[in-house]
Amino acid sequence: MPKLVSHPDEVKVISKRFGMGAANIDRYLELGGYESTRKALAQGPDWIINEMKASGLRGRGGAGFPTGLKWSFVPKQSAKPKYVLVNGDESEPGTCKDHLIFLHDPHSIIEGTIIAGLAIGAKTGFIYLRGEYRYLLEIMEKAVADAYAKGFLGKNIFGTETEFQVITQSGAGAYEVGEESALMESLEGKRGVPRIKPPFPAVVGLYGGPTVINNAETIAAVPHILQMGGPAYAALGTERNGGTRLFGISGHVERPGIYELPMGYNLHKMIYEVAGGIRGGRKLKAVVPGGSSTPVLLPEEIVNLGMDFDQVGKAGSMLGSGGVVVIDDQTCIVEFALRTISFYQHESCGWCIPCREGTDWLKKSLTRVHAGFGSVKDIDNIQYLAENMLGRTFCPLGDAAAMPTIGFVKKFRKEFEEHLDGKPCPYAKHVELAVV
Amino acid sequence: MSIFSPQLAAKLDALVQKYPVKRSALVPMLLYAQDEIGYLSDALIAEVADRIGITQLDVRNVATYYSMLRFKPAGKYNIQVCTNISCMLRGGYEIFDHLQHKLGIGHKGVTADGQFSLEEVECIGVCCWAPAIQVNYDFHDDLTNDKVDAVLATYKAKGDSKNA
Repeated sequence: MPKLVSHPDEVKVISKRFGMGAANIDRYLELGGYESTRKALAQGPDWIINEMKASGLRGRGGAGFPTGLKWSFVPKQSAKPKYVLVNGDESEPGTCKDHLIFLHDPHSIIEGTIIAGLAIGAKTGFIYLRGEYRYLLEIMEKAVADAYAKGFLGKNIFGTETEFQVITQSGAGAYEVGEESALMESLEGKRGVPRIKPPFPAVVGLYGGPTVINNAETIAAVPHILQMGGPAYAALGTERNGGTRLFGISGHVERPGIYELPMGYNLHKMIYEVAGGIRGGRKLKAVVPGGSSTPVLLPEEIVNLGMDFDQVGKAGSMLGSGGVVVIDDQTCIVEFALRTISFYQHESCGWCIPCREGTDWLKKSLTRVHAGFGSVKDIDNIQYLAENMLGRTFCPLGDAAAMPTIGFVKKFRKEFEEHLDGKPCPYAKHVELAVV
Repeated sequence: MSIFSPQLAAKLDALVQKYPVKRSALVPMLLYAQDEIGYLSDALIAEVADRIGITQLDVRNVATYYSMLRFKPAGKYNIQVCTNISCMLRGGYEIFDHLQHKLGIGHKGVTADGQFSLEEVECIGVCCWAPAIQVNYDFHDDLTNDKVDAVLATYKAKGDSKNA
């Protein structure tokens, strides 16, 4: 069972009910649950969207798009039903934050879904969890059933004229399904390949109806925002990056785990103070700041780095899903790059040639270099291939594979060169990867 | 006549009613049916196609996309070892090697008695509690080789008692 950690610098908003038994609906109500939904029902859609805009909340799945703005794009009138879709297909390596929300606070997701539905005029919300999260799906399904039993979901929610249904859905193993249009395809019972955009989901989404798709953490933040007020939530973060965020810290730190910290929190401090520093007193070699798709940062690049979308972007990487992966000086970066690209090669849906072929060639080239059979030309080719994948695919998976690869080669070229001419890898024990 | 148990058949009947479009039940239906039968057999695919009202080819076309769906039986306890980056940094490969040695099987192998199967898999969403494995749907995290041995022993005992 995932262990909960804490640190005095944490500002607990989304995580405030973690470890308090809030999966039980009565306990959740004792802790102030469903008050925001009642408030939202009384105040109406314009108020909800204004509060969300004022909160400065940006999508926690990785793209960082302002949530209030996204909701306001949904047309008011629609011949087809509108939908809310909660993306709990958490599969980006380094990311496990939604795991804890489903485990400890499933009702906050239900509340957020209802409120998003009220904001856009939808009567149905879907909560999609990755197939591996079966025990979390069961917790979520129990929470949904309890909410129906209390009259919080169904035909006349909270005794009003409003109808809202919540339907849970299970995936069956596919990272690509985390992309919003592929998620809709999967939910419609098809192969999870992306759709061509435009039209965007806000206009033509699930079953052809206007659809708002939000990450589970984004949705879980919604009831808290309405409770404390948009401006108060915004004030917790930095300019244009409102609120707090669940940061997952994994890899070579003393105290890995999920910590809720204000947006803009210093990354160096996060690693050395919050997560207890590098394991075994070793030295820091590199940091992947926001899940496996985000370009690597060097120790000197994180000293004054605030963790928000804009500052990490300025530093040449991305905040992504907030999954910080810490790498010590005993780690082979070429092997790390190979393991990263093996993931994308395995998970490419094969729809676009640059991604399907590109990830395969990158994996082959990195395998050759890591095994000591590569040449300088291979290293140049790796960079060339990755650069030519960028922006040439229907969905961001191609970029997600290319961006970290470019970063590894650019920042650790010397280490790549040390693997050439038949030299054995100075670190690695695992040249072959079984995953195919 | 269904090939599924009455409980599963009832669950699948409810599942197709749940969504605005019947076909939305396809992916979870395949997963739940696989949980009972062990893999996507021809008979399973035929019944699911029938329940949704689509062709068997259509079902296969979707099923081959998802990594958790399989066309061959796995062991009674399917052990999935994550070796992705966060697990790799904290010994995921050592756990995988240890399990290969201990069970005497490799990636996608099944033990002779059919009790265990082993797979190296992509990220299972337990990064902050790495290294981790999943046995069927149970997570085991923060592992060492010794802890893995204890986990194996628990499942072995469970399997033995059920077979007795």
